[in-house]
Amino acid sequence: MIRQAAMAVALLATWPAAAQTDDMANPAFLWVEEGKALWSERPRPGAKSCADCHGAAETAMRGVAARHPAFDAKRGRAMLLTQRLDACRVEHQGETPFEPESRRQLGLAAYIALQSRGLPVAIAADGPLAKTVAEGRALYTRRIGQLDLSCAQCHDDLVGRRLAATAIPSGHVNAYPVYRSDWLGMGSFWRRLGNCTTGVRAEAFAPHSPEHVALESYLAARGNDLPMQAPGFRN
Amino acid sequence: MIGKAQLFTLCLAALMATAAAGQEAVARYRIENGAIAASLTGVPGDAARGRAIVVNRQTGLCLLCHAGPFPEERFQGTVGPDLRGVGSRLSAGEIRLRLVDSSAVNPATVMPPYHRIDGLERVAPAWRGKPAFDAQQIEDVVALLAGLKAP
Repeated sequence: MIRQAAMAVALLATWPAAAQTDDMANPAFLWVEEGKALWSERPRPGAKSCADCHGAAETAMRGVAARHPAFDAKRGRAMLLTQRLDACRVEHQGETPFEPESRRQLGLAAYIALQSRGLPVAIAADGPLAKTVAEGRALYTRRIGQLDLSCAQCHDDLVGRRLAATAIPSGHVNAYPVYRSDWLGMGSFWRRLGNCTTGVRAEAFAPHSPEHVALESYLAARGNDLPMQAPGFRN
Repeated sequence: MIGKAQLFTLCLAALMATAAAGQEAVARYRIENGAIAASLTGVPGDAARGRAIVVNRQTGLCLLCHAGPFPEERFQGTVGPDLRGVGSRLSAGEIRLRLVDSSAVNPATVMPPYHRIDGLERVAPAWRGKPAFDAQQIEDVVALLAGLKAP
């Protein structure tokens, strides 16, 4: 029994990596299908769909996810891709922002991210985004929670060591949104961040909070030139 | 109906009770020569209770990072040193300090402080003002680990 469990874990360890690039085997594509439908869906009669303004996602959205988070000059702040989606919904569709981690939000984000798959991450970290990236770096190295641990202590210094059955990953965000077997579902980087804050017994960061935006900006920027993998598939 | 003055008194009493509990949450101790020689409670630790704490992945968390002589436990961590023989490498007082506040030994440590509440940031509400282990839990785990002798 135990041996079977160990074998299953060993198999699982190699399974997502292979399945991530096989769209028929990657469960994230159930969400992508939803996002694809949403792209050309008009929220109300007379309202515009994404496609009505942007045209085909394959061309209009190519490279967009690879450039996010990005500094928005009009608003004077860094914006995540999901914040950009919300801005479009509010300003151009007359809708409310997406419910965080909802099927529709994750689906549309996954569909848009798919249009950057294989392209190098291209965060403009030297420009006006630099301040946000620096804030993210400061947060990344700050000890938090009852267990008094920083992100860097595990995700820089202990990469590959085993935390129980799990190899500690290096904290890249080029596969989000991601399908995780331990969630049996899809989630954004924010959901994954919540797993770590819970783990170190720290107060969670709110979705789209300045801290969330800063951390994701830092992690995206230090992954510059890595190939975009989203929508990812992980254990 | 509760009047404003009564409500104020009640709040004050609650605050004072919280403050008092905070002071009692962590035992006083003295570090000498890289160790806390004296028991935190004066009550001898119970190695069997210590073992139950160590193998519990919600309370002790120990096996998330450490491996040890606990053959029934699968998927032990490789972050910290193996606990086999730790009782031969370190004295009970040295083990006690490393559990209470390992940062006193190595400021850059990844070993969480199991009996310190000062200097922590952004602690989740459920854990605020409480150490990860109470003083007797520290003693129980010390009793277990000090007994893990090298063959």
